[in-house]
Amino acid sequence: MSTVRNQVIRDQDHALHLLRQMVRVRRLEEKCIELYSAAKIRGFLHVYIGEEAVAAGVMEALEPDDAVVATYREHGHALLRGVSAGAILAEMYGHAEGCCRGRGGSMHLFDADARFYGGNAIVAGGLPLAVGLALADRMAGRRRVTVCFFGEGAVAEGEFHESMNLAALWQLPVLFCCENNLYAMGTALGRSESQTDIALKAAGYEISAWAVDGMDVLAVEEAARRAVDAVRSGGGPHFLELRTYRFRAHSMFDPELYREKTEVTRWMERDPITLLQGTMQAAGQLPEDTWAGLTADVDAEISAAVGFAENGTPAPVSELLRFVYSDPPDAGGAATPGGSAGKEGAAG
Amino acid sequence: MKTTYREAMRAALRDAMQRDERVFLMGEDVGSYGGSFAVSLGLLEEFGPERIRDTPLSESGFVGAGIGAALGGMRPVVEIMTVNFSLLALDQIINNAATLLHMSGGQFNVPIVIRMTTGAGRQLGAQHSHSLEGWYAHIPGLRILAPATLADARGMLWTALQDPDPVLIFEHGSLYNVAGELDDDAGAVDIDKAAVVRHGGGLTLITYGGTLPLVLEAAALLAAEGIEADVIDLRTLRPLDGQTIMHSIARTHRAVVVDEGWRSGSISAEIAARICEQAFFDLDAPVERVCSLEVPVPYAKHLEQAALPSVERVMTAARRAVGTHG
Repeated sequence: MSTVRNQVIRDQDHALHLLRQMVRVRRLEEKCIELYSAAKIRGFLHVYIGEEAVAAGVMEALEPDDAVVATYREHGHALLRGVSAGAILAEMYGHAEGCCRGRGGSMHLFDADARFYGGNAIVAGGLPLAVGLALADRMAGRRRVTVCFFGEGAVAEGEFHESMNLAALWQLPVLFCCENNLYAMGTALGRSESQTDIALKAAGYEISAWAVDGMDVLAVEEAARRAVDAVRSGGGPHFLELRTYRFRAHSMFDPELYREKTEVTRWMERDPITLLQGTMQAAGQLPEDTWAGLTADVDAEISAAVGFAENGTPAPVSELLRFVYSDPPDAGGAATPGGSAGKEGAAG
Repeated sequence: MKTTYREAMRAALRDAMQRDERVFLMGEDVGSYGGSFAVSLGLLEEFGPERIRDTPLSESGFVGAGIGAALGGMRPVVEIMTVNFSLLALDQIINNAATLLHMSGGQFNVPIVIRMTTGAGRQLGAQHSHSLEGWYAHIPGLRILAPATLADARGMLWTALQDPDPVLIFEHGSLYNVAGELDDDAGAVDIDKAAVVRHGGGLTLITYGGTLPLVLEAAALLAAEGIEADVIDLRTLRPLDGQTIMHSIARTHRAVVVDEGWRSGSISAEIAARICEQAFFDLDAPVERVCSLEVPVPYAKHLEQAALPSVERVMTAARRAVGTHG
């Protein structure tokens, strides 16, 4: 099966846009692996290869003013939310030009302008934050949505259940997106959960929840739009279980002893990029030169991003202790006190 | 006016809610029940359930939600019933509140205030009685307050809410019923400096929070013996105001640190270390410490009292300090 199931592509330009978004993530991640192997970047590195359709589809449903909370496998989410590949790579280089000035690294990408709240490397630790961001919007009467990504491993954590309950109890405008790639690091879902139907867990909290083919970007986008519209119009929290698969190892230190190669191969036959590519080609919507142009553009973007990161400056040790606490108000300079809190605080 | 520590805290909450519509109080039983220590009694009727927000028993969830709400522009005051329960929210306090600003390269500050009860003395056993504020004071990114007086109970909250970063306020359970006089126009106070609340000259007694009353009692009794003591109320455990401590020791040359936390790895250990680093040549005697005995706080009254700092133990340590000649 090489085409996206049950989908007729009505808008060729939009399909091409989605394809481009997924290829951007794929190329960025491939470059990260290359740079890691060359010891240009260090720490833990978790790549999103295989799961691109999830972030690509969901981000389409968001407005610029909405908020995103993600996990430590978040390079793609950051990129598609508008953080530049250069700022992401520079962060991994530990450079001052990085989106977090070298303080965060691969697992902790943040961007105030994009309302991108990490980059959270404590499994399920981002869910309460998303609940709180949504609570602030509700209390201030803003029609914004907070989207929270997390893996299926998070559903075993208490913070998952506390957050489901709070969001439902207070009917908060938050969309929970569970990226179910079947493995919490090396622990298969069936080995860690008594109930493996994840959407059912959310439904148990009276949250509208359904499962989506996470390899089909069009299906993801459609589901996300439906859910985000419902959340934004006051329908309370919603929950998507996005069934997907991680093609690569958990991190660069993972020998993959816990899964069969044949399972990986089987899932790779449903690669979200080739699926959409195949559907478009079959419909005559992806001429060879269009595809070639798309990949050339993306390669140029990533190549420029590597150049930007390479030419950056190491975050200065003289500023090591800066940002443990906010700069004093009279200190001036580019750095806050702030982020969104400062700006909104002034407005409130 | 006559007031109590509890009423002063309540007045501070009411004042903050009136002055800033972004401020709201959230926690277990803060609303309908009136607060587990009755601090927020009556505020639900005054401000409604949106701003006096009862939560489920989900410490990690609602503390994290407070952090998220702070990121979203609100000024949440989150109440945790006791410091022991705050351990269920450690992930959010330490991995998020304390780190987000730095981890994000200065983009996301977290203006949250988290209040909780601390301390022993009420026969509540080992899961409601510990003094872990010194532990929290270990964490960069947090500001740790321990109001010990009516003025600080009334005045620290508003200043804490002006802080762009997370502030934890530790209220010792034995203080809520303390009554006394407070200026009618009492308001915001600084949260940077320690206070010298009694001036002596013979030695320096350093304490904070729930042990301040007993240290003041000890100081009065010591004065009757001819030992005049400076008493320092630290007020803020992080950042520590070392200057006030060292200035006093430069005159007294002797120091006793009184801390209801356990001795090992405690805030008292940190203070003693700083004195050795910064005032070693001013000292005429070893730094003394009076801490809780290293045991989970027991239930039985006589056992509990034996485990905690007491007036007598403070006086013994003080006599030893002045009896030692350098």
